[in-house]
Amino acid sequence: MKLTHILPLLTLATATAVSAAPESFDFKDPKGVNNAVFSLDAPLESVNGSASGISGTVLFDPENPGATTGKIVVAAESMTVPNPMQKEHLHGANWLDVAKYPEISFEAKSLANVKTEADVTSAEVTGTFTLHGVAKDITVPVKLTYMKDKLSARVPSLKGDLLVLRASFSINREDFNIQKGQYEDKVSPTINLTLSIAGAAVK
Amino acid sequence: MKRILRILALLVWLAGATIWVATGANCGWTKTSVPVKTLDTVTGIEGITYQDKFLPGVDFLGAALAGAGLLAGASFFFRKAKANQPQQNQP
Repeated sequence: MKLTHILPLLTLATATAVSAAPESFDFKDPKGVNNAVFSLDAPLESVNGSASGISGTVLFDPENPGATTGKIVVAAESMTVPNPMQKEHLHGANWLDVAKYPEISFEAKSLANVKTEADVTSAEVTGTFTLHGVAKDITVPVKLTYMKDKLSARVPSLKGDLLVLRASFSINREDFNIQKGQYEDKVSPTINLTLSIAGAAVK
Repeated sequence: MKRILRILALLVWLAGATIWVATGANCGWTKTSVPVKTLDTVTGIEGITYQDKFLPGVDFLGAALAGAGLLAGASFFFRKAKANQPQQNQP
């Protein structure tokens, strides 16, 4: 085969390889908007709060969203509720014990039922959720919105892409040894979680 | 003293109830901060920040009622001053 024939093939192969490479999105948000909201039913008033200390990396390929992997970490210390006593209990040794278990994480292993329309991908992601030192495999619905070249609109000094990740799911606190069998009449065992986070891939 | 304690009890209860009503009659627990939502126009994400604000709840109202109850209860330990105590006859 002549060199003139090989060169275009090599160029095409390189271009394909480059475009197929997944982008690495960093979810440590410089704007501090990323948050995880949690709520638990309780007799007088539901316990509502949020966590802002979010970090992690997601590998996302816009050409193959089904191959997405990554890990999102929430700093347990950043969990806040408006009532100071509830916050003290939440962080304390009897509940989340944030001093002993400083991180809450979800590590995505695989995606199923992947549906992509334009830049929005919805799927069911299976991964390991770690809370209170207990790791458990769970499957949650997730929506990924790929925003090409939109990073500069958010952070003018940077160029790159954005990936918005949204997920809403519930877990049972008893599965994670949080006051197992205790206070069920006062605080629901079901914890509702909503994650709304944006990651940036700087170019 | 009896009367003073009872007036104080009434004032504590009224002050507590007035503060509770004036700040929105929050039927939940007392809060020292309130969530404020901000919209990130690029991503559409609603960010949440907490603003320091004292929002008394039913526990505050209960504490005011308990305080008033204690003061009113304490008033019963004081005997009512007798208005027309008979004077002792001097020899």
